[in-house]
Amino acid sequence: MCTTCGCGHGLIQIDGKRLQHSRKPAGAIRYRMPANLPRQTSLKASADYPVHKPDLIDFGSGAAQAHASGMSQARMVKIERDILAKNNLHAEANRCYLTERGIFALNLVSSPGSGKTTLLVQTIAALREEQRMYVIEGDQQTENDAARIRACGISALQINTGKGCHLDAYMVSQGIQRLAVREDSVLFIENVGNLVCPAGFDLGEAHKVVILSVTEGEDKPLKYPDMFRAADLLLLNKCDLLPYLTFDPELAINYACRINPSLRVIQLSALRGEGMSEWIDWIKVGYHQVVTSKKKIENSQHHVD
Amino acid sequence: MHEMSLAENVLQIIEEAAYHQSFTRVKTVWLEIGQLTCVEPEALRFCFDVVMHGSVAQHARLEIIGIPGLGWCKTCMQEVPMATLYAVCSQCGNFELEVLCGDTLRVKELEVE
Ligand SMILES: Nc1nc2c(ncn2[C@@H]2O[C@H](COP(=O)(O)OP(=O)(O)O)[C@@H](O)[C@H]2O)c(=O)[nH]1
Ligand SMILES: [Mg+2]
Ligand SMILES: [Zn+2]
Ligand SMILES: [Zn+2]
Ligand SMILES: [Zn+2]
Ligand SMILES: [Zn+2]
Repeated sequence: MCTTCGCGHGLIQIDGKRLQHSRKPAGAIRYRMPANLPRQTSLKASADYPVHKPDLIDFGSGAAQAHASGMSQARMVKIERDILAKNNLHAEANRCYLTERGIFALNLVSSPGSGKTTLLVQTIAALREEQRMYVIEGDQQTENDAARIRACGISALQINTGKGCHLDAYMVSQGIQRLAVREDSVLFIENVGNLVCPAGFDLGEAHKVVILSVTEGEDKPLKYPDMFRAADLLLLNKCDLLPYLTFDPELAINYACRINPSLRVIQLSALRGEGMSEWIDWIKVGYHQVVTSKKKIENSQHHVD
Repeated sequence: MHEMSLAENVLQIIEEAAYHQSFTRVKTVWLEIGQLTCVEPEALRFCFDVVMHGSVAQHARLEIIGIPGLGWCKTCMQEVPMATLYAVCSQCGNFELEVLCGDTLRVKELEVE
């Protein structure tokens, strides 16, 4: 059983080894929505989770459940449990892990096609001389985006969520282990293209960065307020196209700041490079803050010894 | 389909409760859904039925308790109703409202046997 939250996740094995201890080269992790499988699988008590292929993690089985005979009568059971509590536990564990190691993690969220992968490719090109970086790519299908990142000479892991429409904190914890992310580095997590539920699933990142492209309409922040509220930074992308459009950047920024008054905004073009240096500087500042807190943690632990 | 994963989480919580509290059938599930969460109750109902199928909560009745949004206006120093996350203060028009209530998503109670 998983030691973080007591869920069955921790039982998942690859090639007969727990994921945490495996040193397999990074391959795709594919998730299946439990709902696609007959529900009985989740009721079967089993010590192990089936692994059909070495590169497949099967999330089809839920908590072991077979039991309890005997007569019982109707009664009320108080539960009072947050539906997202488990994800939040895994997210907190990720956050501790990352902070203690000086890993600056960013969760990039947007609708499909707003330019997340293009932005990452350009960001890696700008920082690769001075900064160790890793990328976790979330998409429903294909390894295309991880391949685009690997072509830049950076380790990238693809997580395919199947029908799932977002990454969750557990998937990311497995991704971090698979990538063997080293201390003092930047980890970019490209979430599944979707402006709705990634807002509700904390991954343990330092910041959510929402990307909105100027081809999408100014009122996106009003239509998807949760995402713009959850983010700390808005990147307004594809600004090179502004001369050809009626898009009003001031209006879009105005809407976004109405949802989230402390939102920082950077206008840029990932393709042409305008505004990229402001974004790069923002990453450097955040990275140094994480490394500083790591040193503080190390020092305080020394004092305890 | 965001509601699908929420329904999956609800089932996990129910299955854990079934294990610890020894019940084999769930007749009713009460969910508390804040007005400010981006949950579509009808979509959730649909996913609920699909996800609970074959589980201890198959055919369980879903009762949704809506929690109205409530905000705090720093300017007026008072509580004001909040229908959306971008609502403005009904007294002074300020849009920096702090959410007090209505952003929760909870499994509240079960009727079991
Ligand atoms: N004109 C323009 N096109 C861009 C820019 N950034 C990305 N694109 C294009 O937008 C499309 C989708 O980009 P991609 O990075 O795959 O988006 P993702 O789905 O968010 O990862 C591609 O055709 C990119 O070339 C930009 O700054 N300007
Ligand atoms: Mg992409
Ligand atoms: Zn767990
Ligand atoms: Zn878990
Ligand atoms: Zn989702
Ligand atoms: Zn006010």
